[in-house]
Amino acid sequence: MDQELQTHTAAPPHSAEKRAGISEAAQLQKGQTIGSRTIEFSRADLIRYAAASGDHNPIHWNERFATEVGLEGVIAHGMLTMGAAVGLAADWAGDPGRVVDYQTRFTKPVPVPDAAEGSPETPTTALEVIGTVGKVDAEANTARIDLTVELVDGEERTKVLTKVQAVVVLD
Amino acid sequence: MTINTAREGHTYPGIDYQVSREAIMEFASAVKAGHPAHVDPEAAAGLGHPDLIAPPTFAVVIAQRAEAAVINDPGAGIDFSRVVHAEERFTHHAPITAGENLTAATTLERIRLMGAGAMVTTVTEINDGAGTPRATVTSTLLVRADAEGEQ
Repeated sequence: MDQELQTHTAAPPHSAEKRAGISEAAQLQKGQTIGSRTIEFSRADLIRYAAASGDHNPIHWNERFATEVGLEGVIAHGMLTMGAAVGLAADWAGDPGRVVDYQTRFTKPVPVPDAAEGSPETPTTALEVIGTVGKVDAEANTARIDLTVELVDGEERTKVLTKVQAVVVLD
Repeated sequence: MTINTAREGHTYPGIDYQVSREAIMEFASAVKAGHPAHVDPEAAAGLGHPDLIAPPTFAVVIAQRAEAAVINDPGAGIDFSRVVHAEERFTHHAPITAGENLTAATTLERIRLMGAGAMVTTVTEINDGAGTPRATVTSTLLVRADAEGEQ
């Protein structure tokens, strides 16, 4: 559906018929990776998120306003970054409804510059999301998936969210 | 503008929210959530859901409407032009599903003064029409001191 997503999951891709990503709690080990994903943002993505969420704060679409309040430029909604990052855990779970708890701290802004040329849909920002098993609760039959969310700028990587934890109900 | 810590614990009047398929599909597209349960009712049904289910962070759309009561409360004394989103947490008791009529009410849970600024935590309880808890949204905002260092 989304050509901008490149996903590598440790388990076979899910389908509606089979939730292949989830194994029994006993088979999961702390520290085990569930996969990684690159997420790209364009200015058009910020406008789409503003419309879908109702968050029309101009720091997410107006360069002049953003710089006037002390930012280097337009930044992504923290909730867009948080919302996009959890897709890795939801897809691994095989059912987004299995994500029963999800939290994060917003630590660094995610700048989304205007594309220098071409379509405003041209991505100008890339994030890498890596998921690992943080904790397994066999009694509750849940796994805590810890996500690392980094802004990728050439060789440089900056962690933009911290304590990104999604609790997923297992089979 | 002075933050009024006496407002701690105050619960504001709730709001109603009807969950539509269109809102779920638009939000899923916006957060690049490609799972078919957000767009295909048959795929959702295959997982046991009565209709399309919302991505985990969709609850923020509902919560923010209820949180507006805090923003619009002069008694709380919070200057939202100087607010930075610090933390967010969603606890789901059941996935938010298309066709539901939900309510949401926000409590100003905690105000922690930090110099001239403050950390403000709100808790929004989202319930279904029968009053059964569906989701809890906890949001923490950092209110910065203004440029002049006003106390």
